[in-house]
Amino acid sequence: MTVELAQSGAEILLRALKEQGVEVIFGYPGGAVLPIYDALFHQNAIRHVLVRQEGGAVHAAEGYARSTGKVGVVLVTSGPGATNAVTGLVDALMDSIPIVCLTGQVPTHLIGNDAFQEADTTGITRPATKHNYLVKRPEDLARVVHEAFYVARSGRPGPVVIDLPKDIVINKAPWSEAAPTHKSYRPQTQPDLAQIDKAVALLKQAKRPMIYAGGGVINSGPAASEALARFARTTGFPVTNTLMGLGCYPASDPQFVGMLGMHGTYEANLAMHGCDVLLAVGARFDDRVTGRLNAFSQGSRKIHIDIDGSSINKNVPVEIPILADAGLALAALEAAWANSGEPTDTQSVASWWRQIDEWRAVDSLKYVQDMTKGAVIKPQYAIERLYAIAKEMGKEIFITTEVGQHQMWAAQYFKFEEPNRWMTSGGLGTMGYGLPAAMGVQIAHPDALVIDIAGEASILMNIQEMGTLSQYRLPVKVFILNNEYMGMVRQWQELLHGGRYSESYSAALPDFVKLADAFHAKGLRATSVDQLDDTIREMLACPTAVICDIAVDQKENCFPMIPSGAAHNEMILGPEHEATSAGITDAGMALV
Amino acid sequence: MPSPTDTTERSATISVLVDNEAGVLARVIGLFSGRGYNIDSLTVAPVDADAQLSRINIVTSGTAMVIEQIKAQLDRLVPVHRVSDLTQEGPHVAREMALVKVIGIGEKRVEALRIADTFRARVVDTTVQSFVFELTGASDKINAFIELMRDLGLSEVSRTGVAALARGKITI
Repeated sequence: MTVELAQSGAEILLRALKEQGVEVIFGYPGGAVLPIYDALFHQNAIRHVLVRQEGGAVHAAEGYARSTGKVGVVLVTSGPGATNAVTGLVDALMDSIPIVCLTGQVPTHLIGNDAFQEADTTGITRPATKHNYLVKRPEDLARVVHEAFYVARSGRPGPVVIDLPKDIVINKAPWSEAAPTHKSYRPQTQPDLAQIDKAVALLKQAKRPMIYAGGGVINSGPAASEALARFARTTGFPVTNTLMGLGCYPASDPQFVGMLGMHGTYEANLAMHGCDVLLAVGARFDDRVTGRLNAFSQGSRKIHIDIDGSSINKNVPVEIPILADAGLALAALEAAWANSGEPTDTQSVASWWRQIDEWRAVDSLKYVQDMTKGAVIKPQYAIERLYAIAKEMGKEIFITTEVGQHQMWAAQYFKFEEPNRWMTSGGLGTMGYGLPAAMGVQIAHPDALVIDIAGEASILMNIQEMGTLSQYRLPVKVFILNNEYMGMVRQWQELLHGGRYSESYSAALPDFVKLADAFHAKGLRATSVDQLDDTIREMLACPTAVICDIAVDQKENCFPMIPSGAAHNEMILGPEHEATSAGITDAGMALV
Repeated sequence: MPSPTDTTERSATISVLVDNEAGVLARVIGLFSGRGYNIDSLTVAPVDADAQLSRINIVTSGTAMVIEQIKAQLDRLVPVHRVSDLTQEGPHVAREMALVKVIGIGEKRVEALRIADTFRARVVDTTVQSFVFELTGASDKINAFIELMRDLGLSEVSRTGVAALARGKITI
């Protein structure tokens, strides 16, 4: 550790950020961080994006991080600045997104004094972060910043908070280099090769194999997705993705059976239910994926690759746990597969594929769109048209979403061929995520087409960020599937609560076209199927931000669906199937 | 492979070596409360020469799957160096210390002293009407002593919680 001549804490902070390769910070100033903002004013290397509310800053940093693979950086003030950031931090924690969030704090001598804009930020964010720090001594500052970036991006990535008392950033602080290794945190990334060999031996015997890949593959970097694709093609095994994993395996590939889980495809869920060997990679057997645990894929022997030991054997016991980075483990599997002389049961796998193709033929994502002039737009059709027309543009496409029905339709009908193109709040399910996330994506990819597929209820949760889009001329397209209901709430009320639509109607909605106008953006609307394509084309061609208000069928529900507490083979395929559904139980109703 | 259908609960004494820094104990306790795990006993103190490391000893209980999960959750905390399940990893010694105040006169007071002697408890404070006994041993022994004192004027108990080490040459 070398000690150099002293600079102010704020200068040391910015120097450490630059050293970590930080190009952009999403933030909002306030009393406790004024010295940091002053230091930002004196430099040009790091760009600051001024959001309209701190929650937006964290989601923007998440969008930035997920679309680039870099660490997203947030700067907020003490007290309400920090508490507003908490939702985004938990969101990043659940979805394993690397974030470093710098929070201002009252000066050290006032901590615990109920000072103005004081909050116990490290106390509040302890369960909301992977790790957090309160810097109490100037000599710790540089070290803590380096350490925070290391912790945020390594192992299972996550958010890290650095709480910075005002005197720490004002007073002189010594510089120190990043330590070569962390004293306690050294996550295991290399797989145990003996476990890899066991896994290959099991996979070679498989008659009904299944690969279940999640966000861990994306977090590992693009090489992991490539390794997954090669491994799948070598083995000929079917692949399903979690909501978080979409894009880690090309959606157009014939071996892709679609997303699995609560609103996954029939073929993906029945293949999970019926497989005999299950390879889980970077996925955590979430309740949205497994359905009723005691009925989940009971006949399969399971291999689980995960970088987080606590994700293994948490919900579902597995026979071959592999604690490792997904990409490194997949590369090791590839090599071990190639070296193994064991034959595979190609005949059984071929008949498994015939079975899967029968399930596929059910076409569980089918819906009926009336094409007569003036007919109401089906939300599924709106997404399919958005996908088709956006693809024609020949640009890189990034999709973010809010949370609810529109999110599931986007996951079902928008096709992702590459990783890091799909940003959605999976674990926490944060309404209001999509618009700020899209903002972060557009900052990172100024020439790309960035679309927030939204619902009319979710979009209002962070609508203030339209101001940020305007200020930085970010041409984000907000594509609202407007059914005038909190659609997923309405759907559950219909299915589980006797159609008593308690508080789920979006009353007194704003005029989204005028709202766009007020924020210096373009407002567009389509109310019938004949207007849809032209409206989408106009939106995509517009050089500025757009809010596109698509009035869709208010009664449409999101299918297929595994009701809470039901098993994968108890799916509701569509409205005609809904009434006779045996899957819904009282126990299931009590689940979320 | 722990089975989710195995609902047998066991007690586990887990030792965790952590950085001796602010917030670590809160992080460990928060993990237990946030995820609904039990803490039956908890001790913590710095254990190395320059007070850089602390050892936390936790006695908890749960099914095999829950205990595995507790260990994995502890292990992924950033300031945690090592997690050791003493109950599972082999024989270990676990001791706690208790101070037990007994107030009484006459035959009961004599009887309390006699039992204390049997338990090798030391008298660390006395008045003509009271004793404070200091007793060290396994939790069961302390429980037994406290039970016996109940009829003899037991008035207050202060226990340290369990400190534990693996037997033999094994270290955390």
